[in-house]
Formats: sequence, structure tokens, C-alpha cells
Amino acid sequence: MNKRKERLIKYLFTALAFSSLVFLIGIVLVLFKEALPIFGKVSLKAFLLGESWYPTSEPPEFGILPLILASLWVTLGALVICVPIGVGSALYLHELAGPRQRAILKPVIEILASVPSIVYGFFGMVILSPFLQDTFELPIGLCALTTSIILGVMATPTVASIAEDALSYVPRSFREASFAVGADRWQTLTKVIIPAAGSGISTAIILGMSRAIGETMTVLMVAGGAAVIPHSVFDPVRPMTAAIAAEMGEAPVGSDHYNALFAIALILFLITFVFNIAAEFISRRFRLKLGLSR
Amino acid sequence: MHNVDYEKQPGMENFHPSLVKGPVGINMNYMGEADVFGPEAKISARKVNFYYGAKRALNNINISFSPRRVTAIIGPSGCGKSTFIRLINRMHELVPGTRFEGEILIDGLDILSPACDAAELRKRVGMVFQKPNPFPKTVFENVAYGLEVNGVTDKHLIEEKVVDSLKKAALWGEIKDRLKDSALGLSGGQQQRLCIARCLAVSPEVILFDEPCASLDPISTAKIEELILTLKKEYTIVIVTHNMQQAARVSDNTAFFLMGDLIETGRTDRIFKAPRDKRTEDYITGRFG
Amino acid sequence: MKRRDIIQKIGFSALFACMAANIFFLGGIIFFIAARGLSSINWAFLTQAPRDSMTAGGVAPAIVGTFYLTMGAIIFALPLGVACAIYLTEYSPKGWIVNLLRISINNLAGVPSVVFGLFGLTVFVKYFGFGVSILSGSLTLGILALPLIISASQEAMTAVPQSIREASLALGATQWETIRRVVLPAALPGILTGVILSVGRVAGETAPILFTAAAFYVKGYPHSPFSEVMALPYHIYALMTEGTHPVEQTRIAYASSLLLLGLVLSVSMLAIYIRARQRKTYNA
Repeated sequence: MNKRKERLIKYLFTALAFSSLVFLIGIVLVLFKEALPIFGKVSLKAFLLGESWYPTSEPPEFGILPLILASLWVTLGALVICVPIGVGSALYLHELAGPRQRAILKPVIEILASVPSIVYGFFGMVILSPFLQDTFELPIGLCALTTSIILGVMATPTVASIAEDALSYVPRSFREASFAVGADRWQTLTKVIIPAAGSGISTAIILGMSRAIGETMTVLMVAGGAAVIPHSVFDPVRPMTAAIAAEMGEAPVGSDHYNALFAIALILFLITFVFNIAAEFISRRFRLKLGLSR
Repeated sequence: MHNVDYEKQPGMENFHPSLVKGPVGINMNYMGEADVFGPEAKISARKVNFYYGAKRALNNINISFSPRRVTAIIGPSGCGKSTFIRLINRMHELVPGTRFEGEILIDGLDILSPACDAAELRKRVGMVFQKPNPFPKTVFENVAYGLEVNGVTDKHLIEEKVVDSLKKAALWGEIKDRLKDSALGLSGGQQQRLCIARCLAVSPEVILFDEPCASLDPISTAKIEELILTLKKEYTIVIVTHNMQQAARVSDNTAFFLMGDLIETGRTDRIFKAPRDKRTEDYITGRFG
Repeated sequence: MKRRDIIQKIGFSALFACMAANIFFLGGIIFFIAARGLSSINWAFLTQAPRDSMTAGGVAPAIVGTFYLTMGAIIFALPLGVACAIYLTEYSPKGWIVNLLRISINNLAGVPSVVFGLFGLTVFVKYFGFGVSILSGSLTLGILALPLIISASQEAMTAVPQSIREASLALGATQWETIRRVVLPAALPGILTGVILSVGRVAGETAPILFTAAAFYVKGYPHSPFSEVMALPYHIYALMTEGTHPVEQTRIAYASSLLLLGLVLSVSMLAIYIRARQRKTYNA
């Protein structure tokens, strides 16, 4: 009796535990199902490499190259900010901050991570973009540069906390060995600790990128929205997430435009999926290298 | 010794009579010392082998434990003594990748058989661990826990049992005003006696002590030892210890394990005065381990 | 000073500057939004509905809507997330299952929020026919919160010492009794931290509710799970992009942003505080 009840409970938990897998598969199925019809009208190549995105003109054009490039463009810009600052603060926290500083600084990073993206977007729209517009005398402040700065700030805490985690896995003995041969703290840091934590830090960067490329509200509000291939950092752009969020409300259900937006989401999903799997793979090898199970 | 009624033994309902091995209370002393383990054995292990993966941790262990006696299991670290007593209440099942052969009979019933329910078995065979492990609950809740999971709902009965168990564990006097405090606030020695009280509340027949004083100071250790001597009037006690003075002080019988083998068993005074095996002598005279 | 000492000094100053940048970002955002939003926050703003085509009045319906959506998401994600964590930590499944589940949890955590929105639109709004509603929005947000709750619960349960599980089993408790009466109570503060952090995250999310729950303006308060709702984050977005009176609406958007920021940050700080206190008791 008891045993049967225990077994039933175990089966119940096993079933519930697969929920995240079910949702993930569900997302893939939904994206494929709703995206596939568009490829009956437009070839995959024309879709990915087409240079004009005019989904509502007559005849419509579904080339998402400008959107993909916009996403990559603003993400690269974000990396310029979040990689040095994120990794730098992780190193500061791990190497220089005492316990009391850490007790304050780690929560600061966590709280920065919890600021809602809509607030970042609003901040970019009303504070940063007018400021940049005045400073660089731009025709319009809502552009790739503004977006990159905001995305960079948003991804910084992601990079910092994952990189800090990676640094904490580096065994103390590495550091002691380096000091023992007369290296100073900076040399130990750059020649021993950073290389040892290298793959962990690259995981942090990949996940930061994944965060930036999937970000929606901020880019929707500050990127400017022009679906053209960007040529300078001051161009307004329309990244993939912004296109989906802005146009989904207007696209009639089941129309080509609707399917095309799902196809964009599918490509976005695949990009972040590859990033996440890569991060998973690298961090796994990292832990194995340092002899950590798990 | 009380007569065993199989129908009424908890956890034994599922037993087919054919699973009952041998006459009840058979003396399984393989060392030929008729007086050592008394006329009837409460627990007998027969031909027990145990493996962690491919590594063999116990080799053909044959031993019996007398009712209402304290049996000490001594031996150097890694000799298999803890592994062995964790088999007696099937705690080995918590470690994945292990395997056993042989049988352990309690009152003639094979407790390693899949037909025996581990939870029911553990109500009869209590265990006190190396490190005190109270739950992060109040003192009262700690002792009441075992009763509650065994379906006791009567508040008065629970209260009575809790007080009774704390008294038996020689803790009541120190703690009667702190029943609602967290058990984590007690000293190490008090925590260990609380764990003993928690174990007593379930009314076990056998209590296994796995190095119960390993993390305690000498005064707390003395209290626990004193307690063990009182408890043996009612319970069958097996205690694993790496401390030979402790074995000498508390136990009636002693078994010496070495590298997974049972080397020698006998009355404690005899083992310490006149060990028959050279390896036992080397160990108790401190030549190794 | 030797050359290498100078290099070390420069290097350390650069690291300090990086750390300081974080404080500067956080301080800057809070300062600018508070400076222009604080004056508009008053009792009426918190308790009244918007008036005069969004140029006056308060945001009470949006606060209520965000509350419903967040609670709905947690009610959905909490039992599921804890169950998943129980399976992963307590029932020690085989290696490949753990790996498969861990990879799917990590990937679910990395799915862009707008993609959750599309999933919710297709499955909850249309396929199940819940329409644009609190229910659809809550379920969508719940899936987003699921990985957060799983990992927080898993961490909390792993931190429960194995020895007290053994103590419980040794008293004749079954595995489920052990989980329910010992492991879960001991892990509760950690699970709670995870829940609070998810509340903060879910309350601030906009993209998943764009097509599943949110409306720019709804008259009155929601009366059933199938109602469309106003939500604080969406309200900010709508004020900035859909209005016809930019000046007044920007003023209200400042106040709404400050309110949302204040809510989300205090929720995160609460979680961080509980966790810090919990760590102290474990170490003591």
C-alpha cells in the first residue's frame, strides 16, 4: 500500500519534471508550424538574404537581412560595453573587493540585472537619446548607438555574475603557485587566473550576447525602427525582436506577414538556442578541466 | 525474549512463510563460542557480501547479535564497519550503485529481501549517526516527528511519548523548558541525545549507533556511554566505534573488522585480554590503524 | 616605483572603474527617473483610473492588472517548478535524464521574451481559446518564470544536508514523507527567495503580454480571468508610443516607470536580504 503510493508519487514528479522540456518542444513546434507557410511563398534564401522588408506593400517583400544585420549590429555594439565592464567588475569583485565591499557590490549587480527592460527602454527614449542627439548633433537620437549602449548596460550584470562564478571555480592553489614564483597580483591575474577561467568567461560573454540579441522592449523603443541595412552607428535600425513586437499586432492571423514574423522568431530562437548550447558545452568542458563534477 | 508473532510484526505482512529462514533465534556464532552471544540471536547476518560498484567492501560476513546486549564493532577506517551496520536498516539503499549478497535475519526474517518494506524495517531498527543530525525544527517537533510519520495523531499520546523519550535519553532535566526552541541551538552533546530520544520515540527493538561520539567532547561522550548502558536493558544495541576504550567501556561483545573481513568476535573482556587472532592483537595494541 | 608596479596600479584602477560603472549605471537610472517622476506620484496617482485620454488621473487599474498577472504566473509556475526541483534533487534520476532536463531548463531560461509572447498567442489565446486575457498572460509569464523557480528551488534543496534526510528515513519515514516534512520546510526560505525574484522579473516583463493579456485602456477593473487588463509595464510602453498628448503622457510615464522600478527593485532587495540572512543561519 505504502509502496504503491510512494511509486505513484515518484511517477507524478517524473511527469511534472519534464514540463520544461515539453514547453521547449512546444515552442519549437509552434514556431515551425506558424512559420513554415511563408517558405511556400518565399524561398529560404530570399527570406534570409533579401534586402527589403516591406511586408505590407503590394506586392509585399519579405527579406529579413536588414533585420538580422540590425540585431547583430546592436549586439556587437553592446558587447563593446558589456564585455570589458562585466568582466572587469567580475575581476574586481573576485580579486580586489574585501568581504564588506562584496556584500554591497554583488547586490548592486544583481539589482542592476533586475531593472525591467521597459524601464531601460523608457530611460533610453527620454534621457539617453536626446542627450546623444545633442552631443553628436544627430538628425535622430533613436538609433543603433543608443540601442547598443542600453543593451550593453543591460547585459553587463549577466556577464559580470557568470564571469564571477567562473572565477570562483579557479582553485586557490593556482594563485599560490604563481605568488610562490615571485609574480605580483596583476601578473597572477592576467597570466594565471584569467586563462584558467577563460572558458568560463567566454560562457559569460555568450550568455550576455544571447541576452542582448533576444531583448525586445528596449530595442522596440530606442532603435528607431527603420528596416534598412545599417551603415553607421548613427543609423536608426529595426532588429528582429522589434519587428516581431511592433508588427504582430497589425498582421492579420494566418496572413503571409503573420507567418513571416513567426519565421523571424524561429530564426531568433535558433540563434539563441545555438548560443545557449554553446555556453552549456563550453562551461561543461570548463568544469571538467578544473576537475569539478556537476 | 518475547515471542515473535509474524502476523503482527509491522512490515512483515507481505512475508510469505517460505521466506522465513530457519528457526527463530538460532545462534549463528561461527566462532564457536557458545557463551558469547547467548542462547538466541536477535540479528544474524549470513554470508553477507557488499559491493560499491565493482569494489568489494564486505567479504562473507557471518555474525549474530544477542538481544539486550551491546555489541561493539571496531576496526580501522575503511574496514567496512559502518557499511555493515547501514545494511541492518537498509540505509545502503541511499547510495546508488551498490549491491549485496547474503541475508540478514532479524527475528528470523530476512530484512534484505525485497518483500520487506524498508520504511517499516527502519521503525524497528533505529539509527544514531556520527554527526548529530537534528531537523531544523523545535526540540519537541524533532522527537514527535517519528510518531507523526508513523500515523500517530493523538496529541496527548504524542506529548506523553516525547516526554518519556526525552527522559529515557537523559535529556529531560536540561531541556524541559526549551521544548519550543530550535534544536539547532542545543550543544553538540545535547543534540546527539536529542537524536537518541527521537530514535527511542518510535519504540525500536534495535538501535544502531554509527560512531555516535565521533564529534563530541569527553564529557558529552561520557553521558552518551552512560546512556547506552541504561538503554541495553530494553534494546539490542550495535555500536560502531574507532575508539577501543569506548568499546571496552560500553560493550558486552566485540567484533573486529579489517578490510571488509570479520576477523574475530567474542566477549569484550576476552577480546581485549586474550585476542586469538594476531591481527586483532596488533590492532588493539595500537600497532596499526 | 618599478615598471611592473605601475602596470599593476593602472590595471587595478581599470578594474575599479569597471565596478564603479555598474554603480553609475544603477544610480543614473534611478536618479533621472526619480528626479522627474517623484513629483507626480501621490495618493490619487496610485488609486485612480486614468482620465482625459491618458493625460490625467492615476494608474490603479494597471497596478491591479500587474498584480493579477504576476500572481497568476506564480500560482502556475511555483508548484510545477518545485515539483521539477524535487524530482531532480530527491529522486536522483539517471545521468542522461538529468542532463536532458538541465539543458532544457537552461534553454527555456534563454528563450527571448517575445518568443514566449508568440507561444502564448498561438497556444493560450488562440488554440485554447482563452483570448487576450489575464489567464493567457499569466500562463505565458508562468512559463517564463518556470526556469527561475526550478533553479532557485533546486539550489535550496541541494543545500539541505543529506544527514537530516538520513535521519528521517532512519525513523521509518518514507521518501515522500521525508521530502514533505523535512526537505521542503528546510528549503522553504531558499524557495521563497526564488519566488520573490521571479515576482520581480515577471512584474516587469512586457513582451510576453503584448499579444496575450495587455490592453492600452480598459474601463474599470478586471472581473474575471478572461478579461483583458492594463499592466504597468505595458502602460509605460503605450504612453510613449500610442498617445496623442506627448507632454502629459511622458509625465505620467515617468511616474509609472518610477513606480515600476521602485516595486521591482524593492522586491529584489527583499529577496537578497532574505537570502543573506538565510546564509548566515546555515553557516552558524
